[in-house]
Amino acid sequence: MPVVEINNIVKRFGSNTVLDDVSLSVDRGEVITVLGRSGSGKSTMLRCINGLEPIQGGSIRVDGVEVNDPACDLRVLRQNVGIVFQSFNLFPHLSVCDNITLAPRIVQRQAREHSRDLARGVLRQVGLEDKLDAFPNSLSGGQKQRVAIARSLAMHPKVMLFDEVTSALDPELTGEVLKVLEGVAAAGMTMILVTHEIGFARRFGSRVVFMHHGKVHEIGPAAETLANPQTAEFAAFLSAVLH
Amino acid sequence: MIRGFSPNDILFLLGALRWTALLAAGAFVGSAVVGLVLATMRLSRFRAVRWLAIVYVQLVQGIPLLVWLFLLYFGVAMLGFNVDPWLAAILGFSIYGGAFLGEVWRGAMGSIEVTQWEAGAALGLSISQQLRHVIVPQSVQIAIPPTIGFLVQLIKNTSLASTIGILEVTREGQLTSAATYQPMTVYLVVAALYFALCFPLTQWSRSLERKFNAGR
Ligand SMILES: Nc1ncnc2c1ncn2[C@@H]1O[C@H](COP(=O)(O)OP(=O)(O)O)[C@@H](O)[C@H]1O
Ligand SMILES: [Mg+2]
Repeated sequence: MPVVEINNIVKRFGSNTVLDDVSLSVDRGEVITVLGRSGSGKSTMLRCINGLEPIQGGSIRVDGVEVNDPACDLRVLRQNVGIVFQSFNLFPHLSVCDNITLAPRIVQRQAREHSRDLARGVLRQVGLEDKLDAFPNSLSGGQKQRVAIARSLAMHPKVMLFDEVTSALDPELTGEVLKVLEGVAAAGMTMILVTHEIGFARRFGSRVVFMHHGKVHEIGPAAETLANPQTAEFAAFLSAVLH
Repeated sequence: MIRGFSPNDILFLLGALRWTALLAAGAFVGSAVVGLVLATMRLSRFRAVRWLAIVYVQLVQGIPLLVWLFLLYFGVAMLGFNVDPWLAAILGFSIYGGAFLGEVWRGAMGSIEVTQWEAGAALGLSISQQLRHVIVPQSVQIAIPPTIGFLVQLIKNTSLASTIGILEVTREGQLTSAATYQPMTVYLVVAALYFALCFPLTQWSRSLERKFNAGR
């Protein structure tokens, strides 16, 4: 059974159709990279998967649970679907430890003593164990993003969504975050990443999705499709990004 | 009969300052309750509820505080009810102050980026958990300085309650001044008493503001 199953979804903002009959099925352990020009609907697709945006047609299933079923408890769903944003969105009033353990403590009802160990564990995964008691404003952009990834990992999600998580970073900080993503992928996490890092998509992606005008314009095995795009639009996009 | 201004008068004025402080405290609590209700109404998903809160604020802020006090005290008395001046004063200040605090607190919550709500939602927090653990703690930092500023205004405005027969420090000053015929001395003491109450609050507010700005 696929972890994420998107069937013919339609998403509109008013009269603007942003996702038009999009389908995508993601198996356990797959790393899907989503490419496409700004405004093509990449972020919106991710936000539909964890129910941050309601859809107007089609269906989305995560681990067999229908997201847009009124009976679906979004709070339960979101424990299974982690999302990391371009702008980190850490809680500035909480320490790194509390950022990470807030949801485990109040949503998953973990004891405080246990949750500190949990925070230490996920911070080790992103290489920031020494920042347990730091506050977000004392971290660099790359460190903030790694904490955001750790915060998401702490929920033990079944799938993780990444929305241009390196786009707000200086080039020299991009590498450290990509390295963390690589580690998360190597640990077997199911991932859907919106990114402009073609190199990462080629090396670590299982499949690549090219979105264009709210549709999945092209989809295929990562390395092959990137080397040999089948549509003129994807070819044009790639040559613009690579040159 | 005219008598001299004696240390005893200072004691009386100090005694009246208690009522000023009590009135300010009661009015602050009342304003906070009204303000909390208004700020919560502004977050409602029902348009009518939000609209009601907006209309309330507009209505209240378009009428002077003194007129509210007269309405609640003399106006209601004319309708045949026996109005306690303390009740009228605290009610009037709460109606008025609540509109102000409601706006301050709503503004503070509104200044928290929507991405903070989303980050909470994405972690599986319910709306009330997002409010309690993410939005309110950040809003409080922003709202504390203007809230203390409001309290300082409130302390000074309690002098208006002298007009409906509450014997707070300004009213006591009027009486002492009439008896001693030394308005300059009396009102200087009254002024000093208000200042002694307000100045530490202002300083506290400023130091908090500095602290929060440094933390950003
Ligand atoms: N909350 C919103 N309200 C209205 N329109 C939106 C909203 N979010 C996104 N859109 C529109 O949806 C389209 C796709 O946006 P987005 O999914 O952010 O694209 P991408 O992530 O590929 O750049 C854009 O035209 C954008 O203006
Ligand atoms: Mg986007």
